[in-house]
Amino acid sequence: MIAGKTWKFGDNINTDLMLPGALLLASEAEQMRAVFAANRPGWVDQVQAGDIIVGGLNYGMGSSRPAARSLRNCGIAALLAESINGLFFRNAVNFGLLAIECPGVHAAFAEGQVCEVSVADFTVRNRDTGAVLQAQPVPQTLLDMMLGGGVYPTLEKQGLIAPR
Amino acid sequence: MGMTIVEKIFARASGQARVAPGDLVVVDVDCAVMIDMSFHKNQRRDILKVFDPERIVIAYDHMVPAPDKDAAEAHAYGREFARRFGIARLHDVGPDQGVSHAIVADRAYALPGSVLVCSDSHTCASGAFNCAARGIGGPDLVAAITTGKTWYRVGETVRYDLSGALRPGVSAKDLFLHLAGTYGHHTNQNVEFGGPGLASLSIDARRTIAAMGAELSAEFATFECDDALVEYVTARNPAPFSPQAPDPDAAYAERRAIDLAAMTPLVALPDAVIRNSVPVAEVAGERINQAYIGSCANGTLSDLAEAARVVKGRKVAPGVRLIVTPNTQVVYTAALKAGYVETLVEAGAVVTSATCGACFGGHMGVLGPGETCITASTRNFKGRMGDPSARIFMASPATVAASAIAGHIADAGDIIGGQADGGRA
Repeated sequence: MIAGKTWKFGDNINTDLMLPGALLLASEAEQMRAVFAANRPGWVDQVQAGDIIVGGLNYGMGSSRPAARSLRNCGIAALLAESINGLFFRNAVNFGLLAIECPGVHAAFAEGQVCEVSVADFTVRNRDTGAVLQAQPVPQTLLDMMLGGGVYPTLEKQGLIAPR
Repeated sequence: MGMTIVEKIFARASGQARVAPGDLVVVDVDCAVMIDMSFHKNQRRDILKVFDPERIVIAYDHMVPAPDKDAAEAHAYGREFARRFGIARLHDVGPDQGVSHAIVADRAYALPGSVLVCSDSHTCASGAFNCAARGIGGPDLVAAITTGKTWYRVGETVRYDLSGALRPGVSAKDLFLHLAGTYGHHTNQNVEFGGPGLASLSIDARRTIAAMGAELSAEFATFECDDALVEYVTARNPAPFSPQAPDPDAAYAERRAIDLAAMTPLVALPDAVIRNSVPVAEVAGERINQAYIGSCANGTLSDLAEAARVVKGRKVAPGVRLIVTPNTQVVYTAALKAGYVETLVEAGAVVTSATCGACFGGHMGVLGPGETCITASTRNFKGRMGDPSARIFMASPATVAASAIAGHIADAGDIIGGQADGGRA
């Protein structure tokens, strides 16, 4: 079970807000510093390791850029949203960010409330209100990559890419 | 119950009789496209094996010609990668240069009925070719390059049945702005286009719509195959292909009828395209600093022709920058021969070489603080083309060209009708 303090964002949060184009080729550290700089300046100084993002509909629409990696580098333990853009979801798998679609989650949390997520049965619980939601299960093979550091460790083990 | 176009392609590519929404499929990749960003030192991994060099295409597009030494190093690394693994289809700086999605169109590498991947979100542009094409992540692409396979969660499909034809002066971009404005996002859904109106849409127009599928947040944006597409593909690529038509009893989440003749010129307001479109008249008069026409979505020969038609014999308003970026050097050459480049340059436009360029705020047209731009490209997210305080309106090439002449957002019909004020009003 994963538990963390929630940060709330709205509908249609796009990749460019999480990773501005000007930093596409910057270091991961520089990219991490710029997360939500345009829409929520200062957020990266407030977020703490283990926190959870609660988003609205169509979370992560936009580019193939590794925005999920930046969230992971910020210490985000899980992303829960009403719905998640398919490409952002892929990058959550790719880079090892737990990302789960959970209808009703946006209304169920006020920012700062503590969220508990079970990847055994995909239940989501608001520790402050006691409300329990059923999230959409992530297929096991994809969940294993989300929790196992993403795609690259597998490709390394298979001898398809060199270890870094 | 029958299958939609992408379901049939997935069934073929995964060796199954049938796939349906909710399935997780692992498919064989027919074509994997790498871009210059794939080779950048902060992104690349040392690939030890590729599954099939003949199924790989490399197209440098985001940063070409190299604007800095890191880009130049990435280009050199990619050239060596192509040599090491025997990848013949390398589209380097020069006559073969272009935006990857436009390259795979110009060369018809995207074959009807096939599976194509690339680590850029607008890979869905190849859906115009009856191809199951979508953007994947960088690590996904490395997996596809090395294993020859990728995975998809199969989503439901929304079918758009097209009828009629767009009226003169109304473009595929206006149709997209109508869809995004009316129906909003299509997260986790595929969109499929067909119907009697399809024949009236040029291949270029279909490419615009398919590329913008990413902005609907759709998984796949796929068109039916018709005679025009077969002719286009066979003229460019001798490889055999098997188009996939949807089954008559295919299961759709919804079917929506679109009368193309009812479309009108629209503009998306800054920061989003989802439910953010208004008629041009509603924002006419909004002063602009830059007008941009380019990208996988709007850098086709048809787009340049439309821009040239609007600016012919006119001048870009003082204080406005009109930047036009053909999406391949093949398009650039054709536009030269057709006289479009001369018309644009004489009007005061800057015509750049083919690249993603200003569309993603990379180079050759980045916006400064507080500036206003109207763009015919893929995205108008906050900060997309440069400074986050810049405002980005999105419209068709005709509307963008007309706005450049007027100095403010304007309807092309008004400019061609002689009602422009040349930016002096």
